Amino acid sequence: MAESSFTPGSFDAGAGPVVAFHDVAIGFDGHEVLHDLSFHVEHGETRIILGPAGCGKSLILKLANGLLEPDRGEVCVFGRSLGGMTEAERFDLRAHVGMVFQESALFDSINVEDNVAYRLREEGAPAEETHTRVQEALRFVELEKAIDKYPSELSGGMRRRVSIARAIINRPDLILYDSPTGGLDPITSTTIIELVVKQRDVSHTTSLLITHRLQDAFTLATHRYNSDLGRMELIPDGKIDDSTKFLVLHEGKKVFDGTTLELTHSNDPFLREFLT
Amino acid sequence: MFTFSPEDFAKRTVGSVQEFALLCGRAVGNLFSGRRYWADIFTQMDSIGVGSLPIVILTGFFTGCVLALQAAVSLKEFGAVGMTGKLVALSMVKELGPVLTGLMVAGRNSSGMASELGSMKVTEQIDAMRALGTDPIRKLVTPRILATVVMLFFLTIISDACGTAGGALVSVTLLKLNASTFFHTAYMALTYGDVVGGLVKPLFSGFIVATVGCYFGMTAKGGTQGVGRATTQAVVYAMIFIILVDFLVTQLMIGIFGK
Repeated sequence: MAESSFTPGSFDAGAGPVVAFHDVAIGFDGHEVLHDLSFHVEHGETRIILGPAGCGKSLILKLANGLLEPDRGEVCVFGRSLGGMTEAERFDLRAHVGMVFQESALFDSINVEDNVAYRLREEGAPAEETHTRVQEALRFVELEKAIDKYPSELSGGMRRRVSIARAIINRPDLILYDSPTGGLDPITSTTIIELVVKQRDVSHTTSLLITHRLQDAFTLATHRYNSDLGRMELIPDGKIDDSTKFLVLHEGKKVFDGTTLELTHSNDPFLREFLT
Repeated sequence: MFTFSPEDFAKRTVGSVQEFALLCGRAVGNLFSGRRYWADIFTQMDSIGVGSLPIVILTGFFTGCVLALQAAVSLKEFGAVGMTGKLVALSMVKELGPVLTGLMVAGRNSSGMASELGSMKVTEQIDAMRALGTDPIRKLVTPRILATVVMLFFLTIISDACGTAGGALVSVTLLKLNASTFFHTAYMALTYGDVVGGLVKPLFSGFIVATVGCYFGMTAKGGTQGVGRATTQAVVYAMIFIILVDFLVTQLMIGIFGK
């Protein structure tokens, strides 16, 4: 892990949420996209963010990673407010946050190994250790054979898996997934969701995940990773994963914040319509 | 319906100037602190400097040729064809070498920088870089500024030399002048102030080429159409700024050296 002035390892899980939004608002060109949004994500929790296109879901992840500044309100990550941080302090913080972008955002002029190794090389890790960890990360996403390929030679699903490998290479304490299954076919989407479940159940990393596919969201809530079988399976007896919770947005406002059961039993007309 | 608002225009203009100034300030500040990406600096020097050699050599050479031809026609009326070397050398070293090289490099590299960084911006690669803990200004902008300033300085010297050589070739082969007379008058015409003035200009032009190209790239938005727009704007603004700053630097040099 990166040497930095910021150490979430010392972050006390009982001290407070990993991510907390307090009355956050942001807009562009005079149009407010997020309106006074408040929610928090606890340690080890997987928070699925749902909502129609254009309601500001991706903005939440960019705000949580300090890539954007809110117009109002406060964003806290690992118990620290991003508002008072300098850009250098944010770089230290980001060393503990992995992010998977909507369109993968791989560096197209370098190959898969260099993409996945990017963060470790920036941190000055030794070449041998870097190569070993790149292989580990690519093995996790089952893409070891693509190590020498360039992003343009990969399919959409493979690019997304490389993006996940790049996000987890330094074992982050928080992972932000921005529509990891967006634009993919159902089979490839399930492969990606299986990787997210694997990361959740193997590393117990806190994560925020945006998805447009309700099917993916409920797969996350109803499945677990079986390390012995090496694949995802349905949680027996119709149980659901307690660490998976939902945040639903509509027109930049929070309309739901709670567990899977609370969501499926909600009588809110918008939620009923959205879920059906 | 599109309506023009002077207030919005003024706000956008002031905002753009502020963003540009901040980008320049941070990029220059990075030269003196923190990590330096030497590999990127040398890669950019190769791309900008070595890559621009053919266009700079050809432009400089043929400009010198044309200068000699045109000068000879005018000087002949005063019986001063022998001064062709002086006119070619002074024009190339003081003005045409620095300005034309700056414009050529702007056309080639400002557009290249704007399109490369613009593509990275619209595909979220710049955000990914920030998310991975790298300052994109330190990694992408600072190496381009340093590489362009250094390489444009040397490219201008090469352009001056090629222009003078082109003028000499035309003077000897077409105007039947003596080569040694040409080079002697050229050498004697140049003073310390002329050379310094001619070599200060590419430092400013290099800074303009890189910062304008990077600024339009880093602020590109709107997909591939936005990248195309950023590329065009980068070339247009870089060229205008080069000519404007050339005028200001010339004034400054006249103030310092008296000519």
